[in-house]
Amino acid sequence: MELIQGLAIEGAQMALVLALSPLLTGFVRKVKARLTRRRGPQLIQPYRDLWRLMRKEVVLAETASWLFRAAPYLIFAGTWLAAALVPTFATGLMFSWSADLIAIIALLGSARFFLALAGMDIGTSFGGIGSSREVMIASLAEPALIMIVFSLALLAGSTQLSTVAGYMLSPNAGLRVTLALSLVALIMVAIAENARIPVDNPATHLELTMVHEAMVLEYSGRHLAVIELASQLQLLLYVSLIACIFVPWGLAPVGAGAAAHALGLAAYIGKLAVAGTLLALFETAIAKMRVFRVSAFLGAAFMMGILGVVLLFVSRGGLQ
Amino acid sequence: MRWDQVTVDVRGWRQATESLIAGRRTLLGLWGEPNRVHMASRGEDEIAVVSLACPKGSFPSVGARHSPAIRLERAIADLYGLKAEGTLDGRLWLDHGRWTVRHPLGAAARSKGPAPYAFLAAEGESLHQIPVGPVHAGIIEPGHFRFTASGETVVRLEERLGYVHRGLEGLIAGAPLDRAARLAGRASGDSTVAYAVAFARAAEAALGVEAPSRAHWLRGLMAELERLANHLGDIGAICNDAAFALMHAHCAVLREQVLRAADVAFGHRLMMDCVTPGGVAVDLTPAGAEAVRDLVRTVRERFPLLIDLYDDTASLQDRTVGTGIVKAELAAWFGASGYVGRASSGGFDARKAFPYPPYDALEFEVPTRDEGDVNARVWIRIEETRQSLSLIDQILDGLPKGPPTAPLASGAGEGLALVEGFRGDVFIWLRLEPGKVTSAYLRDPSWFQWPLLEAAIEGNIVADFPLCNKSFNCSYAGVDL
Repeated sequence: MELIQGLAIEGAQMALVLALSPLLTGFVRKVKARLTRRRGPQLIQPYRDLWRLMRKEVVLAETASWLFRAAPYLIFAGTWLAAALVPTFATGLMFSWSADLIAIIALLGSARFFLALAGMDIGTSFGGIGSSREVMIASLAEPALIMIVFSLALLAGSTQLSTVAGYMLSPNAGLRVTLALSLVALIMVAIAENARIPVDNPATHLELTMVHEAMVLEYSGRHLAVIELASQLQLLLYVSLIACIFVPWGLAPVGAGAAAHALGLAAYIGKLAVAGTLLALFETAIAKMRVFRVSAFLGAAFMMGILGVVLLFVSRGGLQ
Repeated sequence: MRWDQVTVDVRGWRQATESLIAGRRTLLGLWGEPNRVHMASRGEDEIAVVSLACPKGSFPSVGARHSPAIRLERAIADLYGLKAEGTLDGRLWLDHGRWTVRHPLGAAARSKGPAPYAFLAAEGESLHQIPVGPVHAGIIEPGHFRFTASGETVVRLEERLGYVHRGLEGLIAGAPLDRAARLAGRASGDSTVAYAVAFARAAEAALGVEAPSRAHWLRGLMAELERLANHLGDIGAICNDAAFALMHAHCAVLREQVLRAADVAFGHRLMMDCVTPGGVAVDLTPAGAEAVRDLVRTVRERFPLLIDLYDDTASLQDRTVGTGIVKAELAAWFGASGYVGRASSGGFDARKAFPYPPYDALEFEVPTRDEGDVNARVWIRIEETRQSLSLIDQILDGLPKGPPTAPLASGAGEGLALVEGFRGDVFIWLRLEPGKVTSAYLRDPSWFQWPLLEAAIEGNIVADFPLCNKSFNCSYAGVDL
């Protein structure tokens, strides 16, 4: 019985993240449009875009190799799997027991690896520029993310997300400087990893300033649709991750009934709306930074991660 | 405005070139006619045109020693087939080998078809080239930019333009005056008023006609509205290139209001064809004047908030301050006008240096800055927007009564005009015969600004190019003709 419920929840979770991710992107765009006094496209526009791209023919460059055609599906699979591992509305995820935060980082890392390769595959200069910038950003963001995971794991005693969420819900958690540092650092990493302002501009048409968009410039049709969906999933994943770790309230515990799950779902959608609004507000209020400032930005995130770990050691008087 | 035209021999041509090199005079334009070249330059308070006959199809190169003339000479070679002797750059400029004929305005010959374009070399280890354009991801004019970069740092940028060549000079030659005026107003759409005023003034100078003073003042009003609309649009667009969409949105609203007021006042949002030789095509009604006054009130109210927003957003300042610096000496060497020149210590403004009505009767200041970076170019626009608001007020208060047009005599002659558009000084020279224009030369301020962009981006990073480019906002169409 438990197995069946676990499978059902996992299946629901995987369908949910897939179904909600374009909506989150559409919501952020809508709020941004409102903030800049525009009416903006409808919330469901990202779905329409994906549907349109799906039906369009794929235009491939003559120099494209098999990698270029395979990469979108690899990227999508890696991102989707990673997104399926983050508890969104319930903690009782089947896959969650077999994979932890490190696995999520690794999955996202391999998705990015293929994206960067695909960017260089065609041989146009923009793809190369995009890939080199993306890898530069990733090489700075990943250590920061690992540091954040360390400090969380030290606190909760596990790198397993359901356990971390459970710890955060327990009275032991309390207010800790380490948690605050981790939260800020994780938000900074999330901004960089999702190619949002101030690191990258998802809405730009200026080829020379692009990072993520430059890598996917040569994609079209269903390939582009799959890549777009993957990046929408990634945004949802990071929001879910932050929500799961730092605001786990409402998450349905293992073995809970249908009412708890419904509550968890409502709480989750509420969290997404709040995060989307905050993201849109932040993006509207700030200009994009110079490419080389990104290293200072992510360096700060890394330092906060380290500081969080050090503070933990100091407050506990070393490892026990 | 005082101007002289002299026909010189080769020695006189060389002397004129020397005066440019020595910095005593500033190049205004260099253009051809079949078997003749003309060079216009300005001194303290006069403009001189020297003309040289080229029976052998060549003339001593100015660009060989005075680099601002290089592209002008390449354009002359492409259009008229007149060679600049001793030039350092003999490559084609406007002619990409896609026309059916070479030298369409001179001794036309069959085209040889497209040939590879040799970009200037930049050699060294780990340098790579980035070709950008002519088709861009956004809806902007076409132009090709060839970057040579070392990692993210730009080592060299070379522009290749000419993609929107429409053969304006050829179309104008032989056209009746009214059609020629309409064509001139389409040289660069965002400066249509400046071009139309320059063309009208040049035609009036050639015919010895003076437009009625009400026409002059209305032209001034249109020119300032055009400046206002473009500066507001530019300020927002520059911020948008740093991904600061908020400023863009608010500036776009203000710009739209300027265009709507222009539509109410003159019947066309961009005021195209509203200025004609002899006067203006549309007189201002009291309702139109009220719409413009309303506009000034709105902009006065909202604009200071936007300036504060620009000035207080640290992340934006971080992008604009110190980016894309144009040295003052270089700007002066090129005689760069407009915000590009003024942001680099240049104080030239055709409205002040060669006052033409209504500006001779109006009070305004020409703002200058010394930093020469993107931020300085934004601030020049901000200051000029304030000046334009004040000018519009003065014009509406002092608008003389009378007819808006004067009858044009049919006659022959040569005329020229230098008019301040939003980008800088627009120079137009033309020759009339009874009933038609025999030849005309339209020189956009961008001729002397595009090369500075190449210099400004050197040592900056590739990703900052769009920001620098937008702060220049040079015209493609105006240069491609």
